[in-house]
Amino acid sequence: MYRYDNYDQRLLDERVAQFRNQMDRHLAGELSEDEFRPLRLQNGLYIQRHAPMYRISVPYGHLASRQLRKLAYLARTYDRGYAHFTTRTNVQFNWPKLEDVPDMLAELASVQMHSNQTSGNDIRNITADPYAGVAGDEIVDTRPWAEILRQWATYNPEFAYLPRKFKIALNGALEDRVVVQVYDIGLDFTKNEAGEIGFRVLVGGGLGRTPILGVEIASFIPWQHLITYCESILRVYNRHGRRDNIWKARIKILVKALGADEFRRQVEEEWALVKDGPNTLTAEEVERIATHFDDPDYADLPERDATFEAQRDSSKPFAAWVRRNVREHKRPGYASVVLSLKRTGVPPGDITADQMDTVADLADRYSFGEARMTHEQNVVLADVRKSDLYAVWQIAREAKLATPNIGLLTDIIACPGGDFCSLANARSIPIAEGIQRRFDDLDYLYDIGEIEINISGCMNACGHHHVGHIGVLGVDKNGEEWYQVTIGGMQGNETALGKVIGRAFAAAEMPDVVSELIATYLDNRFADERFIDTVQRIGLEPFKARVYGDQHIERKVANA
Amino acid sequence: MPKVIHKGQVVADNWQVFRLPEGADAATAAIPTGQVIVPFPVWQVRREELLASADAVGVWLAGSDDPAALADDLHALALVAVDFPKFTDGRGYSIAVALRTRFGYTGPLRAIGQVLRDQFNYLSRSGFDTLAPAEGRYTDAQLEAAVASLADFTDPYQASVIHPQPLFRRHSRAAA
Repeated sequence: MYRYDNYDQRLLDERVAQFRNQMDRHLAGELSEDEFRPLRLQNGLYIQRHAPMYRISVPYGHLASRQLRKLAYLARTYDRGYAHFTTRTNVQFNWPKLEDVPDMLAELASVQMHSNQTSGNDIRNITADPYAGVAGDEIVDTRPWAEILRQWATYNPEFAYLPRKFKIALNGALEDRVVVQVYDIGLDFTKNEAGEIGFRVLVGGGLGRTPILGVEIASFIPWQHLITYCESILRVYNRHGRRDNIWKARIKILVKALGADEFRRQVEEEWALVKDGPNTLTAEEVERIATHFDDPDYADLPERDATFEAQRDSSKPFAAWVRRNVREHKRPGYASVVLSLKRTGVPPGDITADQMDTVADLADRYSFGEARMTHEQNVVLADVRKSDLYAVWQIAREAKLATPNIGLLTDIIACPGGDFCSLANARSIPIAEGIQRRFDDLDYLYDIGEIEINISGCMNACGHHHVGHIGVLGVDKNGEEWYQVTIGGMQGNETALGKVIGRAFAAAEMPDVVSELIATYLDNRFADERFIDTVQRIGLEPFKARVYGDQHIERKVANA
Repeated sequence: MPKVIHKGQVVADNWQVFRLPEGADAATAAIPTGQVIVPFPVWQVRREELLASADAVGVWLAGSDDPAALADDLHALALVAVDFPKFTDGRGYSIAVALRTRFGYTGPLRAIGQVLRDQFNYLSRSGFDTLAPAEGRYTDAQLEAAVASLADFTDPYQASVIHPQPLFRRHSRAAA
């Protein structure tokens, strides 16, 4: 992974000093709350329901073992012994003290971590494929390009006060695992016929209040122009994005208002002025950064490992875990392991300090000292030998990180919701738990198969509910929590937004609602099609009829 | 006398910012005498009159003004300013970059309006050489202390108006 040189480290150290000075002036009353707010947000510090919330950046989801241990230390020292892994591959602490945050930032800086631009109307953490570098279907490893963009975005003077937040994601594989279509800028890296690297540009995607899929404004831009092209998009947005209404301020609204053709024209006009200028990337710089992402020192191993196969054949629980939580690797004899943060009874994405230490130990012993976060809020050990899988499983199981449910119904994506977040209309965590408890039987889970349930506590959509096969959105009606349900959403190459099935439900109804949706699927399932395939084939009606027609769901019509 | 930061020094300043009163007509409003920075709409309709006056004249752009519309006049102005109605309104940064890079303006470029210490670094990197906080916002001592903010980042990643090359072209960065 990328390791800082003296320039990177000095910049981060200077940021720590800058923020410490700002915090001091704020606490001394020299910097009003209004003046301090954007500064603390650009350093990841929110004021939340119970306490400040501190959001730490994990660029493109990569964590070294020493960084995990530092997070564990922060959780024990400044928080309540746990952290929350988010859908944006950030880490959140829910209980720090305001005045401690500069010290926490300094601790992070000592392991090349930070909370830069994890909030505020600026360029946020760059997202890339959690399986970059190890996936068999990869065309371009996007990590060097993500790091190049990270550096360009960090403390960028021109784009720190945009109309609204700005998120960039990169894909470089056949299967899109980052959902590039729902980002402000989505870059699809590929190679042309001559084998040269370049990228397709999507703009104006996003979830939130106005979910829209991004539109293509360029089909292939050569790699040298990565910064100048993105800079041109940002410049058009910074000048012309709406600032009069926070709900209309994202770039998607500008793109929609101008139309893709006019937006492209304006970007190209800006680009003509900076193309081939100083921000044009050099082969030397790309090579310098790419070197950090060279393959680790893989051993030459046979594709099959007899001991592993024997262990799998003799242990049903191990076999179940291998089936759900172990993925193919590009190298023979290696696999990627997904550690589940979706154990029933634990809020999705929460991880204790001890678990973080365990992941760090596992990474050191079995996966070249690195782990990765996924936007599904799980943790990946990317480079595990097949012969080590049984040992990894035993340790992970002991640490309660081996729930064999990846991709299954209980692998729920959920934001922190109303239990913590002051933006939320409704709680998310109890909804997830209610559903997980209803579907606690593993055999039944396996029979249901792959399905994604995404829960957001408000329309800001941190839980990505629009692209869940089943999406749940918390809404407020006269001060009560209600939940609107969508089905048919999808992430990946066929990204689609779910459709609302009807009136909203009370929290207590939600497990029944999901049960009815699943029952409808099982009744209509053809061969081994997934829930989402059935929805696409038969449409919403049979699901609606079952959910709303069935007498055993008590009808509670809000605002009736 | 009000003070501003100009090229890293706290200096006394005579420039007045003229803001068109509510309902006033740009063509007829009374413009104060002395060194004055007029709003772009006033400049548009009274260019000849202003150029003929004995006093130096500057023009300020609002976030919604197009800097391209001022491009042909830049050589005739003693000063250009960009207004920040709120410090969180970042349009002025891109306007400054456009004035400096696209239109080649090399004269004094001043940030006016809600101009605060914690934006000084980014403002100066975007091309502002003069930072004019609202009168009374900072004491002289606070303004002197605020000069340090200009140096918050020694060697930033980005190319910008005051760093024409990005870090990767300014220095040879060793490989891993």
